[in-house]
Amino acid sequence: MAEDFFQGYKGEALELLQKYNVRVWGAAEVETTRGNFTGTILPRAENDDKKHIVMKISTGYNIGIDTNTITGMKETGYKKANYKIPEKEFPYTEGLPHVKLLGTGGTIASRLDYRTGAVIPAFSPGELYGAVPELAEICNLDTEKIFAVFSENMGPKQYIALANKIGEEIAKGIDGIVIGHGTDTLHHTSAALTFMCQNLPVPVVLVGSQRSSDRPSSDAALNLMHAMTTAGHGNIAEVMVCMFGPTSDEYGLLHRGTRVRKMHSSYRSTFRTIGDMPVARVTRQGVVPIKDNFKPRRNDRNVNIIPTFDDRVTMLYYYPGMKPDMLDAITDNGYKGVIWVGTGLGHVNKEMYPAIERAHAAGVHQYMTVQTIWGYVHMFVYDTGRDMMAKGIIPAANMLPEVAWIKLGWALGQTHDREEVKRLMLTPINDETTEREPYNGYLVYQGGSPEVEDFVRKVRK
Amino acid sequence: MKRIDPRKNYEDTCKRIGYVSRKEAKQADYDRIGFMSGLEVHQQLLTKKKLFCRCPAGFFQKPDEYDAELIRHMRPTLSELGEYDGTALMEFKTKKNIIYRIANKTACTYDVDDTPPFPINREALEIALEISLLSKLNIVGEVHITRKQYLDGSIPTGFQRTAILGVEGEIPLRHKKIRLIQLSIEEDSCREVSDIGHTRIYRTDRLGMPLIETVTYPDMVNPDEVKECCDYIRFLNRSTGKVRTGIGAGREDVNVSCRGGHRVEIKGVSRTKWIPELTHVEAFRQWALLSIREELRNRIQKEDWKMGVLELDPKQFQFDYQPIREAMARNEKLYAVNLPCFGGLLSHFTQPTKPFYDEFTNRLKVIACIEKPNMATSEDIDEIVGDDIFNKIQKLFNAKENDAQIIFWSPAADVKTALETIEERCQMTFDGVPNETRKSFEDGTTIFERVLPGADRMYPDTDSAPIPLETAYIDTLRHRVPDEVHDRYNQLVAWGVPTTVFHFLFTHNYYPVIKKIADELGLNPKYTALFFGQTLKKMQGKYKQRHFDPQRIFEMFAFLKQENIETAIAPKMLEEMFKNPQQDFKDILKALNYRKFRKEEILNQQKSIQKEFVPKRKNTSAQDKVNHVMGALRSWSVGNIALSELAKIE
Repeated sequence: MAEDFFQGYKGEALELLQKYNVRVWGAAEVETTRGNFTGTILPRAENDDKKHIVMKISTGYNIGIDTNTITGMKETGYKKANYKIPEKEFPYTEGLPHVKLLGTGGTIASRLDYRTGAVIPAFSPGELYGAVPELAEICNLDTEKIFAVFSENMGPKQYIALANKIGEEIAKGIDGIVIGHGTDTLHHTSAALTFMCQNLPVPVVLVGSQRSSDRPSSDAALNLMHAMTTAGHGNIAEVMVCMFGPTSDEYGLLHRGTRVRKMHSSYRSTFRTIGDMPVARVTRQGVVPIKDNFKPRRNDRNVNIIPTFDDRVTMLYYYPGMKPDMLDAITDNGYKGVIWVGTGLGHVNKEMYPAIERAHAAGVHQYMTVQTIWGYVHMFVYDTGRDMMAKGIIPAANMLPEVAWIKLGWALGQTHDREEVKRLMLTPINDETTEREPYNGYLVYQGGSPEVEDFVRKVRK
Repeated sequence: MKRIDPRKNYEDTCKRIGYVSRKEAKQADYDRIGFMSGLEVHQQLLTKKKLFCRCPAGFFQKPDEYDAELIRHMRPTLSELGEYDGTALMEFKTKKNIIYRIANKTACTYDVDDTPPFPINREALEIALEISLLSKLNIVGEVHITRKQYLDGSIPTGFQRTAILGVEGEIPLRHKKIRLIQLSIEEDSCREVSDIGHTRIYRTDRLGMPLIETVTYPDMVNPDEVKECCDYIRFLNRSTGKVRTGIGAGREDVNVSCRGGHRVEIKGVSRTKWIPELTHVEAFRQWALLSIREELRNRIQKEDWKMGVLELDPKQFQFDYQPIREAMARNEKLYAVNLPCFGGLLSHFTQPTKPFYDEFTNRLKVIACIEKPNMATSEDIDEIVGDDIFNKIQKLFNAKENDAQIIFWSPAADVKTALETIEERCQMTFDGVPNETRKSFEDGTTIFERVLPGADRMYPDTDSAPIPLETAYIDTLRHRVPDEVHDRYNQLVAWGVPTTVFHFLFTHNYYPVIKKIADELGLNPKYTALFFGQTLKKMQGKYKQRHFDPQRIFEMFAFLKQENIETAIAPKMLEEMFKNPQQDFKDILKALNYRKFRKEEILNQQKSIQKEFVPKRKNTSAQDKVNHVMGALRSWSVGNIALSELAKIE
């Protein structure tokens, strides 16, 4: 492919660059009605307008020049920048565990993308070592990029590919697996992998970062170190999410893949175990279990990979006054499963009843979860709940809505037999439903209360 | 026995490089060393909110006043052009735990980097653009928010969001024009609470407040010019009436070099009056470093130079120096290094009161995080470690006659960095003046603060979209900008106002109200300017009140005009306004026992009193009569008749 000398430019801006023969990465002098500007022409992000040309001036700052003001341009030199994380060979250390890092995309290691103006993932072990040399003290690392997608573009196909890959790596004898992943749907993937990769002999750790690694205060480096420590040295052979405990650079928490949820759009400490405690705490010194019922690491390779998914499953988030045609449309479109996210203890309005019955009759598997996020579905407390159960909705205990959606898709990938699906759904694989909710499983403290303020002042949240 | 007398050497080298004090220095001295200086003037903007979040701006917390703390570490990342920045690598070496103290009132999740930026504060952008226009800068077509890396932790993101608004401007000084490189709008940083060992604590109140930075070319050729330029920029900023004033609201970074030296940035000078001494001392410090370089190069090639390292067993030496004994009690390590060919250089003059070895001790503090005192040298001006010990160490090293030695003490974990730091500074001696930012002291001296960052720490802010600046919008702003400071200056001169009051008038931006009083109330502008420059200044000093709303003075003169009261009463009224700010003007007049008389009444009185005048002295003069009349009628007259008129005696 011929080199694109006008990367990202369109319309008037492109015409001007062509007219004056000035290229991206060219040193240029630009005359405008607002005075003269000197610098290096930079690529333009695809979604930015056609009316400006971007330039880096000698002090390192970027500026844009309005095409309407340009009266002349001259290229005086050319030097293409080479944005590259320094690659150094990842050293091999005898005696350290072997960890495989599977890349899916996301911000764990990233660099600038002029096409979108955003950051894109960078990945090779060399790049990672260049950015986080401490990793070499933790494990021997091998990496493989299986896809490069943003978190929101992960889906059932990717879950299946990942599950199969995990099976292969375990068969090859790996000591632990880390999966780099965007954070938005990290907890969907962690749930899917929990169901698809059962009886794991080694840790499978999903990790991401809330601040991209092109920022000095990124959480990426520490998260990676924590994840590698967990995968290489930890004794917990489960699918876990490893992210910051507090927003401070202090320790990471290991959350069970089925009980974890992203709870803040931007905080570093966004991931929380819901309705229970995290499995463990991790620092660079090692993994310290919090729960004692974890599945320990084993030497055998007897993993059970069940890579199935029927994507004709959807979720319905109930709101007051919801019309039954919402559900009818789902039924008529051939969906096989619906996860209801109901109010309070798990309710929807009466108006919906005929549609629920109709869906049930059409073979749609319906399960109830709660909008409150915390707590159990209790459909025996009110008549409404009993009515709904009678019409075919099955309460999914304290399964998180997203997890229930993943699990139903996974179950329907194996069978459509109503009883078998119900057995799969209600038999916990790794605490997606729990028999009891401990007192400290629900901790959303209210800022402003004196005792909470006192706590926050002393303890980093 | 000492190999040299450090004090004598310090004084001799001071003379040898031709150091003169600023008082004695002439332009010829500055020309001789090639004095060159430029400025980066920071100015906070007077906005209600911060730049990239909606926190209120201008509320401050005490160091121990906070609702929560959090801790971060900074890692260097690549610049847009794929380079690591030197400062960033230095800061990474220091391995600091950075703690932020947050007060809920002044900081939000954006401030601590847990929320992406909100769109830029338009109020701030507009003020900054007005100032850019006043500075005759070429205004950009599109504002690009850029991240400028700061790994010292002063900003929790690890970078400052900043953007260029204009390039290539100029400002007029009395005798020359100074060119401007650029003006940027940026978020202010945290205020440091403490920095001890590996822990640095910041508070986040000032963080994120809108700030502009005006950068000049290094066009200034002597210290006084630097101050004049700085004053001009500050006055220009203040002339808009839309910037913050008070301590810390305006701060300067002063760039200085001498011929053959290197740009060194003196950071955060908060008082312009310190600038002349600081720039003077820095230019000569660089001149001294070049002299040290020459001497060293004459002795040895850089490639052949090698530092000797020895861990000392404190038991084998008798250290009397208390800090060493305390360090040993804390189980710290004790090291000696041999610096070949540095004899007579460590005690070489660099600044008044500071010999060359001062550069080492501050680098040990900043880079290796070893608290001072952290070292002793074989050439300490005030002896720390005795010759007997150094003689012993010299033997252990098999040191040559013109070698010098440093002993330092440090926690074991910091020894490696300390050794690297000393070695690195020695290597730099061969190159002359290191790229540094330096911290200033009131006496005009400076110490090492950080490695000077370069353009390699810029990165586009991927969280913010570019902001177009339409020509129509810029034109609207252009109509709004105030007249230029130098035009105001010339106008004051034309009015006959003495230049001695100019500094005060520009500092407080009183010109617009003086002009308004002259234009709208028809008061004599010179009188008005002096009323502000002398009477108001006196009151501000007397009542220790830095800020006084000048609009109140306009209202006072408007009131006097409306009531047809003579302005002679104005100084008394002003004092009442300071004493009792709540009073209205009528109450003030009451408090002053003012009674209204018609001019004719007073003049009639004047005539009769004149007649009654009986000379008490033999050689009576006309003045005695005037004094008599004035004495009798002054209290009646103030406000009712101009005293000059009263003094007219027939």
